[in-house]
Amino acid sequence: MSDVSQPVAHPPVTDWVNDFDHTDPQWTEDPFPIWDELRAASPVVHTERFLGCYMPTTYEAVREIANDTEHFSSRRIIVRDVRPELARNAAPPITSDPPEHKPAKQLLLPPFTPDAMKKLEPRMRAICNELIDGFIADGKVDAAARYAKYIPVRAIAHMLGIPESDSDLFINWIHMILELGIKDESKLLQAVQEMSAYFRTHIEERKSKPTDDLISYLMNARDKEGQPLEESHVLGSLRLLLIAGIDTTWSAIGSSLWHLAKTPADRERLIAEPALMPTAVEELLRAYSPVTMAREVVKDTSVSGCPVKAGNMVLLSFPAANRDPKMFPDADKVVIDRRENRHAAFGLGIHRCVGSNLARMEMQVALEEWLKRIPDFSLDPASTVTWSQGTVRGPRQLPIVLGKAM
Amino acid sequence: MTERLRVHVDPDKCQGHARCKALAPELFELDEFGNAHEAGDGTVPPGLEDKAWLAKSNCPEIAIDVIEE
Repeated sequence: MSDVSQPVAHPPVTDWVNDFDHTDPQWTEDPFPIWDELRAASPVVHTERFLGCYMPTTYEAVREIANDTEHFSSRRIIVRDVRPELARNAAPPITSDPPEHKPAKQLLLPPFTPDAMKKLEPRMRAICNELIDGFIADGKVDAAARYAKYIPVRAIAHMLGIPESDSDLFINWIHMILELGIKDESKLLQAVQEMSAYFRTHIEERKSKPTDDLISYLMNARDKEGQPLEESHVLGSLRLLLIAGIDTTWSAIGSSLWHLAKTPADRERLIAEPALMPTAVEELLRAYSPVTMAREVVKDTSVSGCPVKAGNMVLLSFPAANRDPKMFPDADKVVIDRRENRHAAFGLGIHRCVGSNLARMEMQVALEEWLKRIPDFSLDPASTVTWSQGTVRGPRQLPIVLGKAM
Repeated sequence: MTERLRVHVDPDKCQGHARCKALAPELFELDEFGNAHEAGDGTVPPGLEDKAWLAKSNCPEIAIDVIEE
């Protein structure tokens, strides 16, 4: 690797419409007014940062791009300061375009259907209660660091068949790839190498002793010609499942608890009407969608009447689409019984999140078990909430006081 | 006279969000990949009309048609 970049400090943004930057502290802290400003200016905005990047600001423009795999490639899916050479089998199917995408995606879908998730649910409820047992007597907790974070980590570790006790290792890799890696490529490469080495060990073990988990499932998978997958494909998909499944859902659970901590009326309603929970989860996913994806423009085209030039990246903000008032009445309000909700939190088009059913189940279980045992809670006024930087947004520090406010 | 409804999922548009199955389990089924299709010939039994419309209005891919017959 010859072109490993050094981290570069970004100048603060003063002109959001012509110079946006999703790593700016103001965006990290409160992106919603920024998105409104950008949407009012144009359905597609552009920045010279990140070697050139567009951002669709409306639901319709996001949909157009998500459905256009001819002009918008998924070969690069993180907007970063550099454009290193493309790796083969980076993380299929999320980094795949047609025609390679479909077989890679279909391979991963069966273990993640709603029925498959139902079988996992009892384990998830037990995990949530074990975590609550660990802090409920303390009277306060960092709900991001001690609850939200460990639910998806332990779920995906359970599915992959790797020790749940390695959770902190996975969390560190994800931090290096999704946060530090945006500006410091060496951190990203180091994490990818460490993950691959970790999974190689687990693959080796399963060659003599097959197991009933996702690692063995991928090792035994066959392509259309009946051939096993290349090792790089298996490793790429394993890295994807680990990365994609964790800080995304951690963020969604954290944002939901943050909302409920400061909205007693919604909390009380969910306790009184437990059947409303699935609808509420969809609304929390809409209002606090964690995941922003990216595409690379590979052919000149136009989106919502705006010209788009090849060679630029696209920041594909599903969270901003979900705040478009043209699509969602009262888009800036959380309406926990919203009936019509075509939110794009899990993406649109062929790259719909493979783990959407898992994420929904985890969110529902995490909120239900929390509310059963902690019906009253509030943000700790003596501490501050901090948010992650980059392409996955959620609280990273969420200090909460348990019990009725004094 | 009450009109009869029929639901139909466009398999080329469905991406397996499974919102229809969650909202109207009587009217939709999922295949092994989690992609949806209408149950049987898609006829909506009396009393489930509201669920048919709800499924349509929550499909992110606009893949569901409700046909009034």
